Amino acid sequence: MVAQLTRAERQFALLTLGLLALCGLLMAAGANDDLFALHGGLILAFAVGLGFLVISGLDAPEPADGRLAEYYDDPSRVAIVLTMGWALFGLAVGDWVAWMLAYPQLTFDAAWASFGRIRPIHTTGVIFGFGGNALIATSFHVVQRTCRTRLAGQFSPWFVLLGYNLFCLLAVSGYPLGITQSKEYAEPEWYVDLWLCIVWVTYLVLYIRTLARRREPHIYVANWYYLAFIIVVAMLHIVNNIAVPVAWNHARAYSAFGGVQDAMTQWWYGHNAVAFFLTAGFLGMMYYYLPVRAQRPIFSYRMSIISFWGITFMYMWAGSHHLHYTALPHWVQTLGMTFSLILLVPSWGSAANALLTLNGAWHRVRDDATLRFMMVAAIFYGLTTFEGSFMAIRAVNSLSHYTDWTVGHVHAGALGWVALISFGALYSLTPALWGRARMHSAWAVEAHFWLALAGTLIYVFSMWNSGVIQGLMWRTYDAGGTLAYPFIDTVVAMHPYYIARAVGGALFLSGAAIGAWNVWMTIRGPAAASQPAVDDRPLTVLAGE
Amino acid sequence: MFGLHYRLEKHGMALVLGIIFVASIGGLVEIAPLFTIDETVEDAPDMRLYTPLEVAGRNIYIREGCYACHSQMIRTLRDEVERYGPYSLAVESKYDHPMQWGSKRTGPDLARIGGKYSDEWQVTHLIDPRAVVPQSIMPSYRFLATTALRTDDLGLHLKALSRVGVPYTDDMIANATKDAIAQAGADGSEGLSSRYGDATQARVFDGNPGRVTEMDALVAYLQILGRLTDAAHANSQPAEE
Ligand code: HEC
Ligand code: HEM
Ligand code: HEM
Repeated sequence: MVAQLTRAERQFALLTLGLLALCGLLMAAGANDDLFALHGGLILAFAVGLGFLVISGLDAPEPADGRLAEYYDDPSRVAIVLTMGWALFGLAVGDWVAWMLAYPQLTFDAAWASFGRIRPIHTTGVIFGFGGNALIATSFHVVQRTCRTRLAGQFSPWFVLLGYNLFCLLAVSGYPLGITQSKEYAEPEWYVDLWLCIVWVTYLVLYIRTLARRREPHIYVANWYYLAFIIVVAMLHIVNNIAVPVAWNHARAYSAFGGVQDAMTQWWYGHNAVAFFLTAGFLGMMYYYLPVRAQRPIFSYRMSIISFWGITFMYMWAGSHHLHYTALPHWVQTLGMTFSLILLVPSWGSAANALLTLNGAWHRVRDDATLRFMMVAAIFYGLTTFEGSFMAIRAVNSLSHYTDWTVGHVHAGALGWVALISFGALYSLTPALWGRARMHSAWAVEAHFWLALAGTLIYVFSMWNSGVIQGLMWRTYDAGGTLAYPFIDTVVAMHPYYIARAVGGALFLSGAAIGAWNVWMTIRGPAAASQPAVDDRPLTVLAGE
Repeated sequence: MFGLHYRLEKHGMALVLGIIFVASIGGLVEIAPLFTIDETVEDAPDMRLYTPLEVAGRNIYIREGCYACHSQMIRTLRDEVERYGPYSLAVESKYDHPMQWGSKRTGPDLARIGGKYSDEWQVTHLIDPRAVVPQSIMPSYRFLATTALRTDDLGLHLKALSRVGVPYTDDMIANATKDAIAQAGADGSEGLSSRYGDATQARVFDGNPGRVTEMDALVAYLQILGRLTDAAHANSQPAEE
């Protein structure tokens, strides 16, 4: 890590870490609240730990002069390892949470381990820990290869990557302690939000500056998506998290928004976190790794343009489908439903574009599990968006809302789309970055693929069942015209499905564990005799020249 | 159009501005009017504020993630109204920063739980849900009954809430700690009812008069849910089939 930095850059890194340590110290020493002090301590420890790393490398030889002419892949390498670590952590916690809903004793009567505190550890761990690190790793790689240039910073990529992981660490350590503002997918409190703001703006600046240095006339489509992901997540994050802290030295803050305005702001955020974090970013991934792996150009350039602007424009209107039949004014609900339906067009445009790209490479899909990961991901993307548009219809939502159907939809997208496309991308990226001919074990990639697919299907089918049953039971009347089922009957009816879901999750988790082992062995394994001759630029870029 | 885009792709900053512009429209059209259109939130002159103890209880509700399993938003559907009570109005969560409408009902809706059960029921249920409802999958919150409530910073909490628009007076902010202790059953609650209204419920919520615990606060909060205003009961618009 440190070896790639010049002496001046190492000193600058130390200065930054010193400032961070000072903030941590101030928080710990001046706190009016024990939890705030604890987080101060954590920040201090993080900064001091990294500080030692930098100091120990301070006098190492400086990098060779030619470094600026080469790609800068060290940050991506570290990000890959972090991605796999967060995947194991987030999935394991997810499966624990799943078992907890079947057997509530699994909280072991510990305050920190109750469902409400652990569940956000799962969602943050997988979305931001696993998904976020995968996006950082691949965005750094993709932007350099498609722009034929090095990242426009030596220290800032590290700042983005490690600063982002500090954010994840503060978030997941906060929940079991009781630090949360309760906004779904935006649970961290004000000071953690401020930190992410700084990190994220650095990420945006780094990305824009790298694009500006490109040696290709055109900006490749994958970068449009990564760019939209970075920009819009910044907008969402800043607006939704506006809050007034109880005191500068207190962990708790109160959201600037209340009641119905807060509901709309929160779901404008929540839905677009799905759209720009879990969709746009991963579409960027798909638009690079899928065509490169298949050695085919993207099927249609025009289709990618229409889909891109369609998604960027329309998703932002759709958030109110989370609030059907609530106290939100009717006109906003109708707008949300309308745009959610039209949204299917650009969504299927992207999914179709991916699948049609594979046309002519089906033999590769059959033989190469890595490419199969990406193909199945595109199919699940199509299924999830179809289901989403369907659930956004008011009448359908009256049944699905508040039930496990939503959870089924979420995981069709999260497991089937987000996780599978990420694993596919990682299996292409890992050997490339470490100069290996291929992954350590092709058999292990195959096993991971089938475990992941089986786990996803079991998960999604059990949640569809439980969700629809629950929704119907809530609204069933008996002959006398009164509600047929007391609430607890619906809880009992869910039990077998909760067990099935947890089993599906265990399969998915074991697949990821095999994947992590395989990535590790690839990193440790011998370098390829000669670099594989595959061009790492997507074919459309070449054709566009 | 595609020709235009072909040129746009050559300019990074144009792409950035394009994305910002296109992505801003939806939010502006849907969110901004919610602050300006008067009909968005109903009038409810009888709407009262959360007391400091209830604010503390609400914070425990948030901390424990009760919202992950419980909604506080009864939809305008007939079966929900029959199961939980009159459907929720926007005004009822007007002082909720942030709202607790929720998105998942692993447990029942709590928007009108206030007064449905006695304090003892709530305490027993929170300590061990399965002692009351054997098939329940709700976690047990035994530790709340033995954890002392932090009350010394409640003035700061009320102050922050007043900054985001909840009309707490200086008098309320200055007496926040005292009012919390008074409401949880220690004597001297006159100031409390003059500040927050005669309907304020002051008693020992957790069955233990010795100390003010987190259980006191959480139960006080649960018992006020749905009872800040009568507007929903007075509302004559029927639910949908
Ligand atoms: C794992 C999900 C879960 C969590 C987390 C949870 N509950 Fe529950 N809750 C349930 C279930 C299921 C029921 C229905 C069975 C029962 O009464 O225990 C329930 C019932 C209730 C009831 C009775 C509702 C009625 O109308 O009968 C109250 C009150 C309640 N919960 C309060 C809370 C509070 C307060 C918290 C947070 C401290 C909380 N719950 C956290 C699942 C949960
Ligand atoms: C081993 C695999 C997984 C298991 C067993 C699992 C399990 C769970 C469980 C039990 C819940 C709570 C559901 C509820 O409250 O009823 C949940 C919620 C959630 N999970 Fe997972 N999960 C897994 C993987 C993932 C992945 C990979 C992602 C994202 C990339 C993800 C994203 C989410 C989200 C966003 C929610 C919140 C859903 C909502 O609020 O509706 N999960 N998960
Ligand atoms: C066209 C695209 C999509 C539409 C129209 C759509 C629509 C919906 C709808 C209607 C809900 C239920 C809201 C409710 O009743 O509470 C929902 C929930 C959700 N969707 Fe989608 N969806 C789409 C794509 C996706 C994708 C690709 C993912 C990726 C993972 C995803 C993740 C989620 C999550 C995490 C939630 C749960 C939010 C919560 O309640 O916590 N969606 N979506």
